Amino acid sequence: MSEKQKMIKVFIMGEAYEVPEGSTIVMAMEYAGYQLKKGVGCREGFCGACATVYREKGDYKLQGGLACQTVVTDGMTLAQIPFVPAEKPVYDIKKLKPDIDTIKALFPMVFRCVACNTCTKACPQEIKVMDYVQALKRGDVARAANLSFDCIRCGLCALRCPAEIVQYNAATLAQRLYGRYLVKKSPELEERIVEIGEGKYDQELAELEKMPREELSKRYYAREIKLK
Amino acid sequence: MYPDYMMKSVEMVEKTRPQRLELARKLGKQVFPPMNEKEREDVLNRFHPDYKKESRRKIRVGVNKGEQLTTEVADLLESYSRVDPAIFDLNKADYDTDVLVIGAGSAGMAAAITAGINGSNVLLATKLRLGDSNSMMAQGGIQAADQKNDSPVLHYLDVMGGGHFDNKPDLVRALVNDGPIAIKWLEDLGVMFDKNEDGSMMVKPGGGTCRSRMHSTRDYTGAGICRVLRDEVYNMPDRIKYLEFTSIIELILDDKGQAVGAIAYHLETKQYSIIKARSIIIATGGFGRLHIRGFETTNHYGATADGLVIAYRAGANLMFMDSVQYHPTGAVFPEQILGFLCTEKIRTMGAQPVNMDGDLFVYPLEPRDVEASAFIRECTERKKGITTPANRVGIWLDSPLVDQINGEGAIQKNLPAMLRQFKRFDIDIVKYPMLVFPTLHYQNGGIEIDEKGESGIPGLYVAGEAVGGIHGRNRLMGNSQLDLIVFGRRSGYWASERAKIGVKVGKLTMQHVYDYEKEVSALNIPKKKIAPIILPDYIPDHVKVKQKTTEYFGTLF
Ligand SMILES: Cc1cc2nc3c(=O)[nH]c(=O)nc-3n(C[C@H](O)[C@H](O)[C@H](O)COP(=O)(O)OP(=O)(O)OC[C@H]3O[C@@H](n4cnc5c(N)ncnc54)[C@H](O)[C@@H]3O)c2cc1C
Ligand code: SF4
Ligand code: SF4
Repeated sequence: MSEKQKMIKVFIMGEAYEVPEGSTIVMAMEYAGYQLKKGVGCREGFCGACATVYREKGDYKLQGGLACQTVVTDGMTLAQIPFVPAEKPVYDIKKLKPDIDTIKALFPMVFRCVACNTCTKACPQEIKVMDYVQALKRGDVARAANLSFDCIRCGLCALRCPAEIVQYNAATLAQRLYGRYLVKKSPELEERIVEIGEGKYDQELAELEKMPREELSKRYYAREIKLK
Repeated sequence: MYPDYMMKSVEMVEKTRPQRLELARKLGKQVFPPMNEKEREDVLNRFHPDYKKESRRKIRVGVNKGEQLTTEVADLLESYSRVDPAIFDLNKADYDTDVLVIGAGSAGMAAAITAGINGSNVLLATKLRLGDSNSMMAQGGIQAADQKNDSPVLHYLDVMGGGHFDNKPDLVRALVNDGPIAIKWLEDLGVMFDKNEDGSMMVKPGGGTCRSRMHSTRDYTGAGICRVLRDEVYNMPDRIKYLEFTSIIELILDDKGQAVGAIAYHLETKQYSIIKARSIIIATGGFGRLHIRGFETTNHYGATADGLVIAYRAGANLMFMDSVQYHPTGAVFPEQILGFLCTEKIRTMGAQPVNMDGDLFVYPLEPRDVEASAFIRECTERKKGITTPANRVGIWLDSPLVDQINGEGAIQKNLPAMLRQFKRFDIDIVKYPMLVFPTLHYQNGGIEIDEKGESGIPGLYVAGEAVGGIHGRNRLMGNSQLDLIVFGRRSGYWASERAKIGVKVGKLTMQHVYDYEKEVSALNIPKKKIAPIILPDYIPDHVKVKQKTTEYFGTLF
């Protein structure tokens, strides 16, 4: 928004408002006088609370986006979708196996995917949603976890899916299975935990804890910086 | 894209880039000499917003009466309750639980899970949805001393030095010693840490660290952790009940001074309810939405320091509430992303801060307060900043170096959130630098706790950003994400233990609110000044004057 604010017209839930050009949807709604409670969260594109559907002037396409990340255009008409109804299966991650049987048991819905790619087109995070759903169908948990990594659970994919799949819930499961079971454990981490358990650092830490400020400051500025 | 006149400065940056790249190849991170103790002091004193006289004032009520606090915090605390407590019948509880957790960021959810696993029934009340929090937004990383050339001892030194040695030693010790254990706990829950082929952690340095110990999950570290915790909360329906869009607006004590309950307010249905609990954990996060000193913020919508307000009224002691963390690199252009975080990881991967002439002027990885002050000096005293069309000033963060140093595709692979954020507004950070200026980021201080996470009020625990003492007056990157887990788990465990042992609850009372309000009204503070404010208010003035009968949640008056 430069000094001379140009105003444009947007339709929020059908009602026309004049708002400054260059506003995001969140900014436009607040400018219009809405005190937002739902449909807003981090305001920076990380939490997925502000899924919004809209059409642009003269365009038949129904588009989706995050209200905090989408700039309004003249004649845009929009509605927020603060919540997507979906059930999430309850599971104990410690008792699962990272394989196709787990997917079958918890998310049988993914096997209904008709590979229409609507979800990928709907995703504001540019995730290859269909590809991760397909990976899940093959039991390729690692691929699904990595492809879906940037998912912020905005729900826009699930809203558009003709097969009524809740992609993001399946993605979360894949990510957790991958993190817990499919990556190699870090040997250094395991060793360090044993050392800590044995109290290896207790004495030195106790000394530092009691050290007078000046001496501690000396130790601090004298410490060697070794960055990889 | 940047307007033409700004592109002229970008060209200067491009011109000096090859030399600076050469320098980075030769010297690694030390492309500019780090400041010594004296130089740090000087730049902080003269340029850090906290060191300006009007940034602080004496608080006139409550436990910390007479101490210097950040002005906006003192303003917030000198306020009345949202409701007259007399309207509630405290004997009629709507909920009765072992442990009440207030706030569902990573600290609150780690606490809830831990208390649940330990056998307690948990009620988790949160302002917006589960996970709508600062925790979800962290990009850069989480520290823990698990590398061979590192140790909790070195980590301890870094935390203390970063905090100017004011930190509470026992809390720092708990933080660094529990660090590796916290990482393992998260990995076992299924957090996808960035790793090398052999399973070792991919670690990076951070501002003020002497070793590389920053763990990450790409540049969605906060989300990588927080979404797993949230999924785990969903998976424990028998132990954890949660209430969303529910803000806690006051604590309930008993006549022995123990914390035994709270009053909740539902944002949509506007109902108040009474919660009884054996122990209470405050995990309400920070205060970015107070826009201290008029700064933009990186924080989520609900970061309004509610936990501080209610705990302070109940008699909890605050520590270091005279200090604010400004993150050096907040976005300045374009306007739509004003104040948004440009993660420190961009610098740890080699991006250099340079001025309008494309010259280096500071070691890229000073502790945050020092780095931010150096940026402000460059833009003010030295007049070497770049002005945007909206009249804001910033310096360049030369991001294209990241690919040049680490190989093509490094940004795409390691900083996808950043890349996407700027691309949405037509700026390709692989090719062009980012314009940045310090932004309000983190509440360094907070409520005083002990090693178990318990405050001075029996039964009242605190975890996460609402805590004061761990980081002194300056937190280093990655130590907050760590403290969420370490003290989330500690408070969760001890709160649950307290509930198990069986607390003898006396008569429920809100006398503390009356007593506090008496102090406030003695200062002739207008009655409409209420807190917690719950949400900030961004409705423009010309609309607001017409909203005659609306109740403003977020107005400070
Ligand atoms: C953009 C950004 C990037 C960051 N990057 C890093 C990083 O790389 N590394 C690092 O270590 N740290 C980082 N931090 C800091 C760190 O993420 C936060 O300090 C931390 O997440 C705070 O966690 P928390 O659980 O204490 O609070 P939050 O995560 O903020 O959660 C608090 C919760 O309490 C709720 N709440 C507030 N008031 C009430 C009330 N009255 N009643 C009920 N609920 C309430 C809120 O809605 C929210 O859900 C970053 C912070 C931000 C904002
Ligand atoms: S995968 Fe679905 S829920 Fe996740 S970000 Fe994309 S559209 Fe949103
Ligand atoms: S929208 Fe549904 S059916 Fe279509 S590709 Fe995506 S998951 Fe498959």
